[in-house]
Amino acid sequence: MNAPHPRPLSPHLQVYRLPLTAVLSITHRITGVLLSAGLLSVVCLLSALAAGPEAYASAQAIAGSGGMRFLSWAFIYALFFHLCHGIRHLIWDAGQGFEAGTLNRYAWIELTASVLLTLAVFVLSSRDSL
Amino acid sequence: MAEFTLPKNSRVQKGKTHHAPAGVKNIRRFEIYRWDPETGDNPRIDVYELDAEHCGAMVLDAIIKIKNEVDSTLTFRRSCREGVCGSCAMNIDGKNTLACTKAIDSLPDTIRIFPLPHAQVVKDLVPDLNHLFAQYASIKPWIETQTPPPADSERLQSREDRAKLDGLYDCILCFCCSTSCPSYWWNSERYLGPAVLLQAYRWINDSRDENTGQRLDELEDPFKLYRCHTIMNCTDTCPKSLNPAKAIAEIKKLLLQRQEG
Repeated sequence: MNAPHPRPLSPHLQVYRLPLTAVLSITHRITGVLLSAGLLSVVCLLSALAAGPEAYASAQAIAGSGGMRFLSWAFIYALFFHLCHGIRHLIWDAGQGFEAGTLNRYAWIELTASVLLTLAVFVLSSRDSL
Repeated sequence: MAEFTLPKNSRVQKGKTHHAPAGVKNIRRFEIYRWDPETGDNPRIDVYELDAEHCGAMVLDAIIKIKNEVDSTLTFRRSCREGVCGSCAMNIDGKNTLACTKAIDSLPDTIRIFPLPHAQVVKDLVPDLNHLFAQYASIKPWIETQTPPPADSERLQSREDRAKLDGLYDCILCFCCSTSCPSYWWNSERYLGPAVLLQAYRWINDSRDENTGQRLDELEDPFKLYRCHTIMNCTDTCPKSLNPAKAIAEIKKLLLQRQEG
């Protein structure tokens, strides 16, 4: 008999239809990484603030550009998403909220809450600038 | 480290198409993963068109019909055909479930069938489950006692204590959950996975077992237990509607309570 052929690995991510909870779980991890990267630009902004009015003015010019504005709103949304899913993890760690029928409902509540919180910041910040 | 793509020898290719006989009106299309250990060629997807009017209601009926009438080389595990043996677990339309309890009518017109995900394939829809059963043996799935048994009697259990095993002892070890878990895909060498942890909790939670402390000691490990990140695929996919994610959370809680106590 010939030597056996090495066994293949069956498809996984290629074929699995991830449920909403799994999508939110990987988004939680990605937003966590992006938030750490975003904090670096907050540090840059703070050091420009400490370095004096000229440095701050140029930092402000960069932060005011369209791309940076979009990124800062993405940062704010990521922050609220991470917060909302973090609260869900707290509930899970207490042994609650595992019923299969409620998983999707809580996932949608979490998503809606993160969008509403971002909108609230938008409304509040545009009021201040008036 | 997680490998998100398939190794070269595992990439899936196009296979043969078996058309339905002429004149068949109600056709159901099955796309099924095939791998032949004799040739060692890459896996392929074979297409089978079936006459839905002359086929049983479940996916298992369809693949038995294919094996009997179209292509006798198609290989899969099956036994009880009523959801109690766990043999026919496979990935159907993107979700792990038992072929014998999955109704064809609940699925789209084209039904894609793969072996349980991220497993070594023995042949076609048959995955190698040796590692999973070895992990199952590692949690000592039997009663362990310190005290001698009562004279002329069994070790009794109150109705309340017996009820604590509901939803745990019902597991049929089909491993739909473990093979649906991305964390298990990336860490199966060291993470025990949802099916085995549900069984670990079944023995921790048994009032007659007297080795609870030691069982918890053995699970207190960053990999064996704590690779669970509540992704919830296990609970989502379990064909018996059990809740492995909750059982894992209960074990984590017990470990925490023990530290506080």
